[in-house]
Amino acid sequence: MAIVKATINGMEVEVQSGTTILEAAKKIGVRIPTLCHLNLEGTGIVNRVASCRVCVVEVEGRPALAPSCAEKITNGMVINTNSTRAITGRRMAVELLLSNHPQDCLTCAKNLDCELQSLAQELGIREIKWQGEKMDYPIDKSSFSLIKDPNKCIMCRRCETVCNEVQTVGVLSGINRGFNAFVGPAFNLDVANTACTYCGQCVAVCPTGALTEVNDVGRVWRVLNNPDKHVVVQVAPAIRVAIGEMFGMESGSVTTGQLAASLRKLGFDGIFDTDFAADLTIMEEASELVHRIKHGGRLPMLTSCCPAWVKFFEHQFPDLLDIPSSCKSPQIMMGSIVKTYYAEKKGLDPKDIVVVSVMPCLAKKAEATRPELTKDYNNDVDLVLSTREYGAMLKEAGVQFDQLPEEDFDHMLGESTGASVIFGTTGGVIEAAVRTAYEWITGEELDDVEFHALRGLEGIRSATIKVGDMDLNIGIAHGLGNARKLLEDIRDGKSQYHAIEIMACPGGCIGGGGQPYHKGDMEVIKKRQEAIYKEDRSKVRRKSHENTEIIKLYEEFLGEPYGHKAHELLHTYYIPRETI
Amino acid sequence: MSNYRMHVMVCAGTGCEAAESKIIIENFKEELKLKGYDQEIQVVKTGCFGFCGQGPIVKIQPDNVFYVKVTPADVKEIIEEHIIKGRRVERLLFEDPKEKVKLEKHDNMDFYKKQYRIALRNCGFINPEDIEEYIAFEGYEALGKVLTEMQPEDVIEIVKASGLRGRGGGGFPAGVKWGFTKNSPGDEKYVICNADEGDPGAFMDRSILEGDPHSILEAMAIAGYATGANSGIVYIRAEYPLAIKRLEIAIDQAREMGLLGENIFESGFDFDIILKLGAGAFVCGEETALIHSMEGCRGEPTKKPPFPAESGYRGKPTTVNNVETLANVCPIILKGSEWFSSIGTETSKGTKVFALAGKVNNVGLVEVPMGTTLREIIFEIGGGICDGKKFKAVQTGGPSGGVITEKDLDTPIDYESIKEIGSMMGSGGMIVMDEDNDMVEIAKFYLDFTQDESCGKCTPCRIGTKRMYEILERLTNLEGDMEDLEKLVDLGNMIKDTALCGLGQTAPNPVLSTMRYFPEEYEAYAKREKTKSYRIDPEKCIGCTLCAKACPVNCITGKVKEAHVIDESACIACGACFTVCKFDAVIKP
Amino acid sequence: MAIKSLDELKKIRDASKKKVDLREKGESTDNMIELLVGMATCGIAAGARETMKALNDAIEEAGLDNVKVIQVGCMGYCHSEPTVQASIPGKEPILFGNVDVDTAKNIIDKYIISGELLDDHVLNRTFRKA
Repeated sequence: MAIVKATINGMEVEVQSGTTILEAAKKIGVRIPTLCHLNLEGTGIVNRVASCRVCVVEVEGRPALAPSCAEKITNGMVINTNSTRAITGRRMAVELLLSNHPQDCLTCAKNLDCELQSLAQELGIREIKWQGEKMDYPIDKSSFSLIKDPNKCIMCRRCETVCNEVQTVGVLSGINRGFNAFVGPAFNLDVANTACTYCGQCVAVCPTGALTEVNDVGRVWRVLNNPDKHVVVQVAPAIRVAIGEMFGMESGSVTTGQLAASLRKLGFDGIFDTDFAADLTIMEEASELVHRIKHGGRLPMLTSCCPAWVKFFEHQFPDLLDIPSSCKSPQIMMGSIVKTYYAEKKGLDPKDIVVVSVMPCLAKKAEATRPELTKDYNNDVDLVLSTREYGAMLKEAGVQFDQLPEEDFDHMLGESTGASVIFGTTGGVIEAAVRTAYEWITGEELDDVEFHALRGLEGIRSATIKVGDMDLNIGIAHGLGNARKLLEDIRDGKSQYHAIEIMACPGGCIGGGGQPYHKGDMEVIKKRQEAIYKEDRSKVRRKSHENTEIIKLYEEFLGEPYGHKAHELLHTYYIPRETI
Repeated sequence: MSNYRMHVMVCAGTGCEAAESKIIIENFKEELKLKGYDQEIQVVKTGCFGFCGQGPIVKIQPDNVFYVKVTPADVKEIIEEHIIKGRRVERLLFEDPKEKVKLEKHDNMDFYKKQYRIALRNCGFINPEDIEEYIAFEGYEALGKVLTEMQPEDVIEIVKASGLRGRGGGGFPAGVKWGFTKNSPGDEKYVICNADEGDPGAFMDRSILEGDPHSILEAMAIAGYATGANSGIVYIRAEYPLAIKRLEIAIDQAREMGLLGENIFESGFDFDIILKLGAGAFVCGEETALIHSMEGCRGEPTKKPPFPAESGYRGKPTTVNNVETLANVCPIILKGSEWFSSIGTETSKGTKVFALAGKVNNVGLVEVPMGTTLREIIFEIGGGICDGKKFKAVQTGGPSGGVITEKDLDTPIDYESIKEIGSMMGSGGMIVMDEDNDMVEIAKFYLDFTQDESCGKCTPCRIGTKRMYEILERLTNLEGDMEDLEKLVDLGNMIKDTALCGLGQTAPNPVLSTMRYFPEEYEAYAKREKTKSYRIDPEKCIGCTLCAKACPVNCITGKVKEAHVIDESACIACGACFTVCKFDAVIKP
Repeated sequence: MAIKSLDELKKIRDASKKKVDLREKGESTDNMIELLVGMATCGIAAGARETMKALNDAIEEAGLDNVKVIQVGCMGYCHSEPTVQASIPGKEPILFGNVDVDTAKNIIDKYIISGELLDDHVLNRTFRKA
């Protein structure tokens, strides 16, 4: 690669050819405000549509301003990022956006998390000169997971990029023309009537309040204050390494103890850990894998803990529904066990129990409502909060999360191993499964439980693990576009894998659609992943089948893993769906 | 067969008629009858000869003699001298202003060289559905020559040397564009013909495709040979069904004759062409948006670079040429680059087709050498302004261009000069406005078009043009103020400076240019001096009551034989009173 | 019938050449009269289809067997559509404008048969071509 030289604001800069003005400016400490631009390095999420025109700069000799996010540096370019002309263009772009924006910031779900709001503050906009018609489209509240408000859409296309290029779901795209253009499903269909997987990555990248989660905080407050209800809560592995960010803690802080303490502060009757259910999932999933291998079953086996992934393959690969594991996700397994085993032990009527989940995920909200995941009593899981909603609840309740003492989860369904913690990151579920399957297949004890070959952040990874005299071929994909590639190989009969782990979100659940906003900073997600592995190392027990409460659950209630009762309570089936 | 041995053709166009051509005709008829020639010689009223400055014009057939500035008094002499004695009436012949010689045949006159048809050469002369008729007019000879006698480099050289520039508006040298594509690595390349003609009022591309489809196919094949492409695609709007049908027929015929397909002229060169139909979005005329649309994506522009020549259709090197540009290619190959570059101006070679429309007598397609003045186009070829009204402005470049006023009518038009006077060449739409046109309304019309046709991708075009339009609406509704004028300029300049593609960047031009030349009209609206209603001039009104009877909202009152009054608050500005008034007493808003 | 060389192409051109001469200069080796009807979208919108039909009907009615009606593209005279060019061998081609059904009939009955031109319908070619 050739080196090119240019001048930015009078400073010389030398960069590789192909570098954008924005990147070059950053290199020499010149900040150029951006809005539509997004580059989640390492995940393939790059939005460079140059549509907002906020990052425009003056390039000498050019008749018009250039978008610094997309314009590449060429030799001898003379760039001015803060000339009156550039600043005027930039400010007016923001003012125009605001002139077509509801400006209900005080009550907006994105208040203080909104990038348009921050930009208006950064540019010191105090007046919007351009008043006129505003978009007035109905808000799409059709789904259980996300709310789409076209009137707040600024056509940055980040959601479209994520939905199409990264997830290859293809639901969101620009619709209508001119002033009436916004991003939505074809024909502006309700999201609920599309192939949307509810992965929530669109929400994760939306700079404004155009895409937000369905807020269930009010419903949770109501059940907590209902004396007739026994309210049980579970928290997913990825919450503990992310929620601290909402309370000024550094990214990657492990806050398991504070999390348990905070749940207790809010008055939940049972405080359980989805990690427990993750261990349970491994018991079932590893059994299923061993069973499929030993009895010549359908291979590869695909993990099924991610509800966005489940909905994805139901829509996109309805011909391959026999490939994924039949295991319910950990969240649903937990609900199922709470409403049977726990209810029995506590002498409670399942109808009086409310299971609340705190999940890094928006698809979990929709998953909880799936009809096949309800029993005659009621849903396995009743209410699902995202990490963000739970954080907001704590703030509302005045709980100073960062200052809480560390506490433990309630027992019976509260113990967890290192294997379950890593469920929160890409590669973790399959590593946990291998730790158990290895011992079950070989009958030998596994000394080194860390399979580094399975770790990392590349979109598609593969490893061959020696299990006794057999080579276990493992595939891993995160991001649904990557998953699609592996699925297409399976469909074409080219796949050599025995087992494949798939998570819909970049990085896995740590990068989930319900997590605190990363605002385009990939470092945040990396630190969450490091924290997950740190938590794993801190555990005494690091294999799911060594979880004493799990062992007890099988002894007292379930019988054999992958046995009859387990099948009834912990396994499910899939439904072929259309792509639109 | 023919009973008449001779025809006296008298121009009865608007200009000549004003100059007594009616009387001339009468005189001819009377005089011929008197002399007993009326069964042998027919006097015919004809349409405009397009040489109005020299009118009235009389042409004698079959002698093909052309008399200019004929007066009723000249009739006798023409009959006696020319018709009876067979001698030319020298003094009525046109004198060439340069050579100072008398010319009798109009074909030799400079004026008739004003329109020179290269792109439109076959339109109206051949049956577009018969390939043999195209071949009769040297069709496919350029392709044959290129494939059998020339190297791709030579073809590009000729096109470069000819100085042919993009006729779709951009004016980029076609040969240079071809060279870029040729030099881009890749074994799969494409030639795209941009037939997404979208400027309001421009229809030369449609006319070429409907009248001479083979010329485009042949030029595409030549472009393919020059750039190394074997596939051609015509991106044509679905609203052009006849052009599509004729292209389809032409492609079939060319394939059948081996002029498309494999091993054309046994040269080893393969080239075939397919059609892609677009939904006719204006923005899809922008080449990157066009390519996205062809790929099945939303028709939206993307930033250039990369240019299509590097990464175009399906990411492959692609040449995108407009229909009119391609229509010039075959004559250039056959007649040579020197012939082509001898026509036109220093920077702009060849001809340009304009679609002349609006308040001009001879609306239609004209093709003139670059460097022709607007005055020549509008007043000579176009026959001047309708109803003898006063010329006010001409809009060129469609919604991306601007207005040109009286003071610039004598500027020789080429890509550069037209920019200097505040407009642009565009695809060649030319809309003539007279004294009655309201320039603010004109600007509003164009902005309505662009904001409606905006793809909505970038902020300035999506929201900015809308806000500009709203301001114009406010002004014309007499709800605006002087501050709005500043806002218009600010927004206009910002959109020009920040919009993503050429369409957005040029969208404010009609407003900015009308503001520049007709600020008083904007101010009249801003200061609310304009009225929305019609008024009656009490000096002229004789109280005939016609207007009061015609008014659909009964807002005109007055006694018989007394001046009438319009209630301005109730007037809906329908214009009924204006139409019926015989005394010019009603004043337009 | 595939054309394999430039020579073959030129043979076809020469064979079709008489059309060119008739249309441009009124010269022709046979006695066929040609009527060219502007049948682009603009012409059709102005009624060119009806015009063409009327021409054919009038030719049939008059029993003429030496007149061909041919559709062509737009000549650019939008102000006078539909347009018809009549090329009679030995005469300069005449361009008629605003040819409605009645005028079409008159072109056959008056001009083609008796050489009489039609008032208000004769247009003048105002261009050269390459």
